[in-house]
Amino acid sequence: MAEGGFAIHPMDQFVVKPLFGGEHVEWYTITNVTLWLGIAVLAIIALMVIGTRGRAVIPSRSQSIAELLYGFIHNMVEEVTGHEGVKYFPYVMTLFMFVLVANLLGLIPMSFTTTSHVAVTVTLALLVFFGVTLLGLVKKGPAFLAMFWVSSAPLALRPVLAIIEVISYFVRPVSHSIRLAGNLMAGHAVIKVFAGFASMAVISPVAIGAVSAIYALELLVAVVQAYVFTILTCVYLKDAVGDAHH
Amino acid sequence: MEGEVAQLALMGKYIGAGLAAIGLGGAGIGVGNIAGNFLAGALRNPSAAPSQTANLFVGIAFAEALGIFSFLIALLLMFAV
Repeated sequence: MAEGGFAIHPMDQFVVKPLFGGEHVEWYTITNVTLWLGIAVLAIIALMVIGTRGRAVIPSRSQSIAELLYGFIHNMVEEVTGHEGVKYFPYVMTLFMFVLVANLLGLIPMSFTTTSHVAVTVTLALLVFFGVTLLGLVKKGPAFLAMFWVSSAPLALRPVLAIIEVISYFVRPVSHSIRLAGNLMAGHAVIKVFAGFASMAVISPVAIGAVSAIYALELLVAVVQAYVFTILTCVYLKDAVGDAHH
Repeated sequence: MEGEVAQLALMGKYIGAGLAAIGLGGAGIGVGNIAGNFLAGALRNPSAAPSQTANLFVGIAFAEALGIFSFLIALLLMFAV
């Protein structure tokens, strides 16, 4: 990188480091990614299991948050995928909670944003991709492939459209995962770039103000990207289970 | 001679990364277009707007994906190549 640049390198925050000493990262090494993935899971358990343990008629604060999220995602699944898709609600809810909590934990200063790594998001996206493809082939059989044959288009155009449809189908896991990781990585890098400007005395008040403003924007991005990831899962799920004729 | 080639490759890398970032402008135009048209439609018929927010976000996500691809290329050029 360029000499004499920033005091804080904007990409340093994404370095995967082993937690217990050493430099070498093997697949079984416990790293900061492992730690923050674990914290995300524990936070979800704390909110959804322990928070709703009381099952009070008048909910406590944590119970109403859990109920709000549950109702929100349940509505979304029912609206987007239709009645058939509600069966797969637990999976969609799990995805939403995981992405949301991982995004929000990444905003804690000095923490690690697990969802800014393509390795994490591509795992989620490929699970959705293979899950939806298998589900579609099992549920609809060969009729699932009719999705690529756009019967509303003129006959001469259909082979061309079929090629485009197949390509766009296989690009889905790429865009699904890169969108989440790219948004998170870009946002966090921008925060660190402005944090680097704060070391220059003349512009530091402006830089600190900018960091606060971008932090607020990132809070919005974290929630919106979790929502987008989930709603796209629902849209893909609709191809596999939804009925196009109704 | 060796050093000059390396310098030239480095220059090409940075220029390429800068050019790739132009793609994000297209994503910006697309997202702005979607949001603006949504707002225009929502102001004409406010009662139909809440049912269409899901479509708004899906549209924004699709438009943004292509911009994110070019951002990815820029990042790859900067840090991976």
